[in-house]
Amino acid sequence: MPDTLVALYVFVLACFIGYWVIWGVTPSLHTPLVALTNAISGIVIVGALLVAGLESAGTFAEITGFFAVLLASINVFGGFLVTNRMLAMFKKKDK
Amino acid sequence: MQISANAQAIAYLVSAVLFILSLKGLTHPASARRGSYLGMAGMAIAIVATLLGSEVQSYGFIIVGVVVGAVIGIVVAMRIQMTAMPQLVAALHSFVGLAAVLVAIGTFLNKRDAGLLNAVLMGELSAGAIIGAITFTGSVIAFGKLQGLISGKPVKFALQHQLNAAIAVITIALGVHFAMTGSVVSLALMTLLALVLGVTLIIPIGGADMPVIISMLNSYSGWAAAATGFTLQNNLLIIVGALVGFSGAILSYIMCRAMNRSIINVVFGGFGSDGGAAQSAGATAMEKGIRSASVEDAVYWMEDANRVIVVPGYGMAVAQAQHALKEMMELLEANGVEVKFGVHPVAGRMPGHMNVLLAEADIPYDHVLEMDEINPEFASTDVTLVVGANDVVNPAAKDDTSSPIYGMPILEAGRSKQVYFLKRSMNPGYSGVDNLLFYQQNTSLIFGDAKDTIEGMVAALKGTGH
Repeated sequence: MPDTLVALYVFVLACFIGYWVIWGVTPSLHTPLVALTNAISGIVIVGALLVAGLESAGTFAEITGFFAVLLASINVFGGFLVTNRMLAMFKKKDK
Repeated sequence: MQISANAQAIAYLVSAVLFILSLKGLTHPASARRGSYLGMAGMAIAIVATLLGSEVQSYGFIIVGVVVGAVIGIVVAMRIQMTAMPQLVAALHSFVGLAAVLVAIGTFLNKRDAGLLNAVLMGELSAGAIIGAITFTGSVIAFGKLQGLISGKPVKFALQHQLNAAIAVITIALGVHFAMTGSVVSLALMTLLALVLGVTLIIPIGGADMPVIISMLNSYSGWAAAATGFTLQNNLLIIVGALVGFSGAILSYIMCRAMNRSIINVVFGGFGSDGGAAQSAGATAMEKGIRSASVEDAVYWMEDANRVIVVPGYGMAVAQAQHALKEMMELLEANGVEVKFGVHPVAGRMPGHMNVLLAEADIPYDHVLEMDEINPEFASTDVTLVVGANDVVNPAAKDDTSSPIYGMPILEAGRSKQVYFLKRSMNPGYSGVDNLLFYQQNTSLIFGDAKDTIEGMVAALKGTGH
């Protein structure tokens, strides 16, 4: 099976997991959900690292990679931190 | 230290599982924080595994990029006000989009230098660049609308849909041309047009539909990550992209269902915020005779109530009235009054916006109920306090088949014995639709800033010295 087809298998199956997991999320946590998915979509940092870290990369590619790393890092760090800040506020009634 | 490609693949698999468990954690507020930590662990594993892989050899740009990005991200996340969360999210979406575009371009350059280009790879590159570019400029526009930098009103012009369709077709054609020839000019033009498309797609959508826009762009940012994953043959990116893409898509669906509108209608509709109609509706409202009440009237009824339900809307966020509401809740509870909050899915500017603001004010989450949970309780409720909400309690959505919001599920506030509307003015809600609840016998309006009004109620509750 060609690599692209394997990737397609993974993609379609992941879509099903996404569908079932997300429907289980309680509506009161929809804002943290958006923030958390935002943080984990910072996973494009993996692609950015591969571009910026290639030893033979040309200058333009290196600069492109640098900015991609920077932007994705803002997402990763900012996204998780703000998610944690929000989730820390959701408390039950003090008994 | 360097790890093999197989070890890296295993690490990515662990990371993917952690992300799935992370989202699963949001099933309940009690497990949500653990979910967030699992996500952080997944991200840390993915980054370390990538850095230790054989492909990453030079670290200079990476270290500087990560450090600068981390500092910016941490500072912004620490300082952001909870009311500004929709703007922050829009800004972060735009970064994912732009990063995806940059990764596509950078990958193209590196693969070209290495002589590894082929049509499939370039096709996937095109998809990543196009989706990323639309996400980027679309989110910038959404940010501008939320921040008030540009008008929240839908911007409409002649042949808008035809223009969008034409841009989309040309963009895809350029992508196909690029995939077949590897032409840099096609790549550049394609990316440029996709950037334009992001603007023209989002600008006609009105401010009232912000929860849908945010969810949609959330979804796009996921698909952009997935497309990047296809380009890089990286299953982790594909899995995460699919999870995020579906999350945004499901949220869009939930938001649309809560407004009884189709996603097509939202994207192409340009609904609401018509200034002229708003004025005339306000004028007729005054003629029809509405009751206005004082803070003391409302407090008089609330004190002796068995149950008070608060229905918050975007106006509560604007007035920052949530902290005063918490104080009012405590005083009423000390009086033996049960206080609950009823939240409509589209209240506020993003999904779940009200829940976060109420949580910020230390209002326990088990006091905050969803529409389906709270609706049966209105009939046995003495006082409902509508704070800065409007369309979501409008009975026209149930009774008036000619109303633009007919069919939208609402919070049935009108069924309670007394309804007090906290309003700044007689202007109708975002939909521009007159609210029939104003004219009901059991409804009174309290004019003024929501925060001032509630602080007045707090003072009155304290003054009675129970």
